Amino acid sequence: MFTGLMANTWIAASIVAVVAGMVGFFAVLRGDTFAAHAIPNGAFAGAAGASLLGINVIWGLLVMALGGALGIGALGRKARHDVVTALALVLMLGLGALFVSISTEYAQETYALLFGQILGVSSNEVLPIAGLGILSVAAIGVAFRPLMLTSAMPEVADARGVSTRGTELYFLIVMGLATSMSVPVVGALLMFSLMIGPAAAARSVTARPGVALALSVVIALAITWLSIALFYRTNWPLGFFVGIGGAIFYLIGLAARAWLPGQARTAGALAR
Amino acid sequence: MKTQTELLELDGISVRLGGREIFGDVGFAVRSGEFVGVIGPNGAGKTTLLRVILGLQPPASGQVLIGGEPRQKIHKTSIGYVPQKLNIDQDVPLRARDVVSLGLDGHRLGFALPSRQRREFVDSALADVGASGYANARVGELSGGEQQRVMIAHALISRPRLLLLDEPLANLDLRSEQEIVTLLGKLAREQDIAVLLSAHDMNPLLGFMDRIIYVANGKVASGTTDEVVTSEGLSRLYGHHVDVLHVHDRVVVVAS
Amino acid sequence: MHFLIEPGFLASEPDRTALLIGAVVAITSGVIGVFTVIRGQSFAGHSLADVATTGGAGAFLVGIDQFWGFLVIGGVAALLMEGIGVQRRRGRDVATGVVLGGGLGLAALFLYLGTLQTSTTGASFTILFGSIFVISPDTVPAIVGAGAVALVTTALLARMLLLSALSPDIARARNVNVRLVGIAYLITLAIDVSLSAVAIGAILSTALLIGPAATALRLVKSPVKAMITAAAIGLATTWIGVLLAYDSYDWPPFGHGWPVSFFVVALVLLAYLLTYARKPRRAAVRSPHEEGPECSPA
Repeated sequence: MFTGLMANTWIAASIVAVVAGMVGFFAVLRGDTFAAHAIPNGAFAGAAGASLLGINVIWGLLVMALGGALGIGALGRKARHDVVTALALVLMLGLGALFVSISTEYAQETYALLFGQILGVSSNEVLPIAGLGILSVAAIGVAFRPLMLTSAMPEVADARGVSTRGTELYFLIVMGLATSMSVPVVGALLMFSLMIGPAAAARSVTARPGVALALSVVIALAITWLSIALFYRTNWPLGFFVGIGGAIFYLIGLAARAWLPGQARTAGALAR
Repeated sequence: MKTQTELLELDGISVRLGGREIFGDVGFAVRSGEFVGVIGPNGAGKTTLLRVILGLQPPASGQVLIGGEPRQKIHKTSIGYVPQKLNIDQDVPLRARDVVSLGLDGHRLGFALPSRQRREFVDSALADVGASGYANARVGELSGGEQQRVMIAHALISRPRLLLLDEPLANLDLRSEQEIVTLLGKLAREQDIAVLLSAHDMNPLLGFMDRIIYVANGKVASGTTDEVVTSEGLSRLYGHHVDVLHVHDRVVVVAS
Repeated sequence: MHFLIEPGFLASEPDRTALLIGAVVAITSGVIGVFTVIRGQSFAGHSLADVATTGGAGAFLVGIDQFWGFLVIGGVAALLMEGIGVQRRRGRDVATGVVLGGGLGLAALFLYLGTLQTSTTGASFTILFGSIFVISPDTVPAIVGAGAVALVTTALLARMLLLSALSPDIARARNVNVRLVGIAYLITLAIDVSLSAVAIGAILSTALLIGPAATALRLVKSPVKAMITAAAIGLATTWIGVLLAYDSYDWPPFGHGWPVSFFVVALVLLAYLLTYARKPRRAAVRSPHEEGPECSPA
């Protein structure tokens, strides 16, 4: 399973996993996983629309994911549990369904966009993914400290002149980038599992941010590699392995927190 | 044959919660029309005592009698209850009149057909507590004092003999406190019901309470304020020395 | 009206079935939706919708009609939820999302295996996005029956549901079995989700659960009026959606037709947005003469 075409698959998927793990860590830290549910819905509509128009799917993904990120940023925290937001997100899925049904091979395409698909990834597809990946990682690296500060102590951050709103918007955009990369691989519905599952699991067992971040990336990579390997074995959909993998690691994290001796238990409690 | 003037009687009540004994052998009696304050420091078990009376907390031993009958046997609507907090969101679509209407028969199967008589009951209950002005407002949007009145109307509409309120003054400003206490005193007299309310500060109730039930250290002392709230009496209750100070017309209990 | 209601629309059986099922779904969702808002359990509705996806896919794999999958798995999930607790709490979003992600993964697997076995294409699409035009006639009685059960149960428990939402303690003091009432309610919610999933698909089902009820609540205050309004709005959006989907056969791409669920969701959102067009109802519905002035300083 390590031949040329498949090597690209491994590379692309690994990049996706690393980015997902990092972005997910911050999402969980900020207690803000709403965007991880919401942005993929828009991305799905974008991808389906692009495919209908005959242009490269990545453009549809990028436009809608970034648009969604900006939209969520503009609305602010209060609007997240609003009825309009909920209905608008469902409408995105409905639009995707519409676009997909109008184009010809709709069953297969629906499935791929929602649950992920990874066949041989050609060289010229690896490049955009790698590019987005490097951009995302760099973006996080550059903003690491503001991100940490605004997550842990927003009032202090504001007092120090670090704009919480600006950082929030920045982070949402990075999540938009991460979404555009991840949706082709794991699907719109399962992106949450890959992004949030490892981060939540990591957070359950340690409160130290550096360790949690690293663990989050490691778990995401583990899930992705296992999923690809098992896919090549069984031909079962990648999304299945990712979804189950995310849930299993999360539950392991919860169990570990319950059973590890005192110190980790306090750490877990702080991490909540 | 003893003439039954006691409406509520607790006898030999002990309660265990979470492995701890909250009360051991506690008893007191309350008569119709009395306004009684259940006073004590936070954590002393005032809420637990109310829950025992309501049947929400089974006592490890002892019995609760209402009008001479064991609590389980009496009609469900004999006791009205106003909890400390409501469970609902701000924009829940229940109007004040809907809430009061539920006091009539919210525990029955099916739904009530609207009738003129029902509406009149509800209007009258709202008027009794001075809440007519906001009868059609969403209950989640009312202020603390307004909600309190609506919940009192809810509790009273089924004509209970006993009204229990759990820390009704806790989240109210001074003026609303006064208004609620005055209202409760008036209702107790007019409707000849016994009112039992819990509070951690007895001062808003001074001058209104007929009797006080002071709860501390797993024990209870009941009687008039003058009888119970004395340095010796409370020291005996607490099990260590406390001073009762009178500052202007307020009472302060100070632990040494 | 001719352009909207094409000739021959009501002549065909699937079209009439679509309208019937649409009506059942709309009325049930309208009533149960309002109770869901009162009880603050919208979160449960979302979760059950995700669970329904797994159930429908599983039913497909096993070879039975997707409605049974929605119903049975939804019922089981409702029971589990009662044990775990259904209010939205901090951290619960994450836990639920990840666990449900496992469920969606399973759905992916079931759909894949099912498609392999039966070599039918398009099953994924109908399970996810609705099948109101292709409901098998055998299941129609079951669907209508389920809706009836849900409505009757809700009617029977109406007062207890409201009282236990207001204050579980008061309800318990009145000998209401709050736990049992809660379970019964979650099961009716699961039934409602199943109905909605059949009509517009598991993934989109929340639109009918929350949209019409939320719209109605912006318009009226009394709970009873809200339920009637919500049912009416649901009915309108569903039926117009069905009509438009029928008409869309003549729209590009010709001969194909747009999905009903898209129209329904769009109309539900539109209905909600239209409520912003009128002046907002002021919350203070008070007469100037009330006893005991309530101008306490904030």
